[in-house]
Amino acid sequence: MYKIAVLGDRDSIYGFAAIGLDTFPVDNTTEAAKQLKKLADGGYAVIYITESLQAELESEIDNYVSSQLPAIIPIPGVSGNTGKGMRNVKKSVERAVGSDIIFNND
Amino acid sequence: MATAQVNPTRMELTRLKKKLTTATRGHKLLKDKRDELMRRFLDMVRENKALREKVEAGIHRANKNFVLARSVMVDEILNVSLMAPRQEVYLDTHTRNVMSVDIPEFEYKTKTPDENDIYPYGYAFTSSDLDDAVKSLADILPDMLKLAEVEKSCQLMAAEIEKTRRRVNALEHVMIPDMQAKIKYIVMKLDENERSTQIRLMKVKDMMLEAAHGYSSRISGELE
Repeated sequence: MYKIAVLGDRDSIYGFAAIGLDTFPVDNTTEAAKQLKKLADGGYAVIYITESLQAELESEIDNYVSSQLPAIIPIPGVSGNTGKGMRNVKKSVERAVGSDIIFNND
Repeated sequence: MATAQVNPTRMELTRLKKKLTTATRGHKLLKDKRDELMRRFLDMVRENKALREKVEAGIHRANKNFVLARSVMVDEILNVSLMAPRQEVYLDTHTRNVMSVDIPEFEYKTKTPDENDIYPYGYAFTSSDLDDAVKSLADILPDMLKLAEVEKSCQLMAAEIEKTRRRVNALEHVMIPDMQAKIKYIVMKLDENERSTQIRLMKVKDMMLEAAHGYSSRISGELE
């Protein structure tokens, strides 16, 4: 049985605790990287991560892209949507097709 | 045209011909796999895009509600309210095989079966904005899980498509032309050998006839 984690700055994620996800507020990048590794090895199938943090942990997250679990999914934080999540989708299209044919550069 | 290091023998030719058949067959199969993967991937990525838009809008709305709730409530009370969650979400994962890619499927179970029974606090000290916020987040949760599933699948499939595409290209543009060139080289070499043996035999026959009968060079031209 797997669990779901939410990783990010406290203000962005404290609400998720109310609906039963495990929240892990982190303040800085090194702490976040450590926490991410712990979560990935610790029985979490889905890790939601704020977009701002995702941008900083890019290389750590790339380790898990081709493994089946966990799924690390960026979500917008309280400071607004940076479009990072959408760019990730775009990136996987580019990887598969060779050029972006879904978003048409918007 | 890397024909330098081939042995021009019949055995090598048979081996190469067999290899070429296998490669052509493999190329055709891999190409079909790539096309089918691509078709499914494009469907899935469109779904991914739609879901992501929905989830991002939902989270944005929920965040707005939380900010509202925070503005009318004392921080301590808010923290206490959310300290002991009543709801817990567990995931069951299966894998589904799509064209040799194992994509995950999540099935979630919640601790409390009643979806309205999620508020982890009494209503006495909290504002109704907090209820709204929690509700809006709970509403978006199924979509968030679906998004996780679809987005992970997309990533895995993208990797597989990339791999397959490379294999197809390597077969089509390197392996197969290379083998065809080698086969052509061997066939030509063998034919050439055969012709030279033939000529040598003819020449030897002429020399033997000349030695035995002492024909003049004029007649030996007509004899053959």
